[in-house]
Amino acid sequence: MRHLKLIPEKTNFTFMRWRNIAFALTALLTLLSVGFFFGRGLNLGIDFAGGIVIEVRSPEAASLGQMRAVLSRLPLGEVALQEFGSSNDVLIRIQRQEGDERAQQAAVEQVREALKRDVSEGISFRRVEFVGPKVSGELIEAAIYAVLISLIGILVYIWFRFEWQYGLGAVVTTVHDAIMTVGFFAVTGLEFNLTSVAAILTVIGYSINDTVVVYDRVRENMRKYKTMPLETMLDLCINETLSRTVMTGATTLLALLALFMFGGEVIRSFTAAMIFGIIVGTYSSVFVAAPILIHLKLKRGGEKGEGASPAGAEAD
Amino acid sequence: MLYFSKWKIQAILLVCFLGIAYSVPNLLSREQAESLPTWLPHQRVNLGLDLRGGSHILLEVDVRAVVRERLENLVESVRRTLLDQRIGYTGGINIVEDRVVVRLRQVDQLPLAMENLRKLAAPVTSSLLGQSGTLDIQVQSQLDGQITLSYTEAAIQQKVTNAVQQSIEIVRRRIDETGVNEPTIQRQGADRILVQLPGLDDPERVKRLLGQTAKLTFRMVDTSPEAAAGQVPPGSERLPADDEVGADGRPREYIVRKRVEVAGDNLVDAQPNFDQRTAQPIVNFRFDAVGGRRFAETTRNNVGRPFAIVLDNKVISAPVIREPILGGSGQISGNFTVESANDLAVLLRAGALPAPLRIIEERTVGPDLGADSIRAGVIASVLGFVLVIIFMIASYGLFGIFANIALVMNLFLLMAALSVLQATLTLPGIAGIVLTMGMSVDANVLIFERIKEEFRGGKSVMNAVEAGFRRAFTTIVDSNLTTILTAAILFAFGSGPVRGFAVTLSIGIVISMFTAILVCRLMIVTWLRRARPKTLVI
Repeated sequence: MRHLKLIPEKTNFTFMRWRNIAFALTALLTLLSVGFFFGRGLNLGIDFAGGIVIEVRSPEAASLGQMRAVLSRLPLGEVALQEFGSSNDVLIRIQRQEGDERAQQAAVEQVREALKRDVSEGISFRRVEFVGPKVSGELIEAAIYAVLISLIGILVYIWFRFEWQYGLGAVVTTVHDAIMTVGFFAVTGLEFNLTSVAAILTVIGYSINDTVVVYDRVRENMRKYKTMPLETMLDLCINETLSRTVMTGATTLLALLALFMFGGEVIRSFTAAMIFGIIVGTYSSVFVAAPILIHLKLKRGGEKGEGASPAGAEAD
Repeated sequence: MLYFSKWKIQAILLVCFLGIAYSVPNLLSREQAESLPTWLPHQRVNLGLDLRGGSHILLEVDVRAVVRERLENLVESVRRTLLDQRIGYTGGINIVEDRVVVRLRQVDQLPLAMENLRKLAAPVTSSLLGQSGTLDIQVQSQLDGQITLSYTEAAIQQKVTNAVQQSIEIVRRRIDETGVNEPTIQRQGADRILVQLPGLDDPERVKRLLGQTAKLTFRMVDTSPEAAAGQVPPGSERLPADDEVGADGRPREYIVRKRVEVAGDNLVDAQPNFDQRTAQPIVNFRFDAVGGRRFAETTRNNVGRPFAIVLDNKVISAPVIREPILGGSGQISGNFTVESANDLAVLLRAGALPAPLRIIEERTVGPDLGADSIRAGVIASVLGFVLVIIFMIASYGLFGIFANIALVMNLFLLMAALSVLQATLTLPGIAGIVLTMGMSVDANVLIFERIKEEFRGGKSVMNAVEAGFRRAFTTIVDSNLTTILTAAILFAFGSGPVRGFAVTLSIGIVISMFTAILVCRLMIVTWLRRARPKTLVI
């Protein structure tokens, strides 16, 4: 029986030869992400910007124009409407209201009344979310802390298990993936909310997973081929782990694609970001994580122990 | 790595068996699960509000109001103390920032005043050890006769803590009255209360009930000549009517004495009812012994004069006392609707909040959206699952089947763990499960790829499998631990749905290490023993 093979048995790609081009591309994309982040900014959801989100379903296909006309007569400032999943569902976003929390509550009531009165009696309110200014500020803070602390955690863990070069390389790679994912949000204009932070952290987790698999092989081969030039050896490591990298990426993407297509509108931007991040994470473990070891001047000998593996005594 | 001792095999099988047993209730309907015999597991996964529908409301206790009220009470105590000792002061007793300031008329009375005012301080009773020595009020004097009283930090801390705890209790009572099923009410941070109300798609009534402090007082209306002339004498205040409109179209105002005759704390019951003469909705109430006695005394002494029923600084009604009310019960009539009379009764029964509450975050998901989300999540998970299974068999054949059995086991164990821990499954949590499927396969992919590599390197089947598992083990541990690390941080900093995601992801990873490394290995080892293959087709 022949099995499906995404990658041939033995590959001899010379990844390191492309590393300067890859670095240039990486740097360019990272700069673009940063540029979009500062230039265009993120489309902050209510978790971070505060404000009100209302999801309504109307009995017949909703007329966005009519709803917009009705709602813009209310003194609520900026009101954004968008179809949400089907033509019957509409997502209404209202900017944070002047004044305290009570003002937000009142705004929700106004929208409810106006829609029922002027658009359709049968409109049902599927979801109402309101986040006060104080809470949204704290959520931003918590999200930033979460990302920073997980980066520090990764740095320390890998330093402890490997060498500082690996730790630093992993963090650079991870930061790269996080920046790219944030850039993805900035470029696409997808709403950035708490679940987006979860998506970024998941991407970080996945990317670090991928990077560690490559580094693990580097650590092993450093002992095995003591005289092989670093570049050749890194190529070997990546080739050896390539089929795993592609297989795992493929299965994870399959599962995520199912979620993206059928998981519902609420988590679509969440899964979109993860799909993007996993592709980037796979790219970066090959083209960022590995070559950066050359630049960090990884040295032979003096590596830390085998970790949990008793494999050192093995005859190869 | 290929040898399994007997007890180890039994332990692995036992875990698998328990996993299936504890996940079964989730496959049954709610009724079926509840009708299971008690010795069988019957806990089901706890669905988050985004899946089952409901309201999540975050309330903040207005801490400043707590401090403010304390200071106002302190002003009263100071006034009484100085009066009792016949100590004169000028310029009144004022609250300046968070201190009470008074200036004596005669400086030589300072020692006497200080001595008596110091008696107002009481030790702070704190549950924390070593705190019991501090007093709650600090009294300081200046040579020119100015005295400053302020609450110590410890005292304020304690009062805020008490206020929050009391608020939680009262919020719980009010919500219980509304008949919402399985509400969760818990403290969050220093001064916040998180209320979760499953199954509620319009929390308006609950919000209305929680938005009121419901501080009820019975006081006399000031009928002195100054008050009649529209001035506010000391010891009285001007309060708006709740629902009455005066001749000028603005709410009518009453001048009411500050002295409280009877307070809402003394109520033991309140019920909505109808006035027999006018058929208007009213609220009947009953006092406890102390309250009844005081109410009787007040009404006996003030026949013919109006008294005010004040709720949250608004006068609900100000009837004239026609005769002494001795039975300890009475009625409040105002401009009530049936609903508002009912709400007022609920509020009075539950008691007053020690401080106002503000809603600072609200998330309400209708039950039909929740059901849609579950449906979408299930479809996506099943589809993702089937795709992964096909892909694994296509790529690894028999070994792929082993990995798939391990994956199924993984899902059973995940369900079981979520049910037993009563962790909450949210929509991002479902995404976490889907992602876990992808990642759990990763461990097997690592192992299989390694076995292939070792086999190609010229090892025998047995040695290749053994080396594959052993070599891949470190990699799996290192890569999974870093992922768990990020999940743990996500849990610590996230809230609500994001936490649900972190929980399923980290439980999923731990379980996937068990299923991919132990369960899968056990299957492969058993197969190797039985089939004794000469060559490997992975």
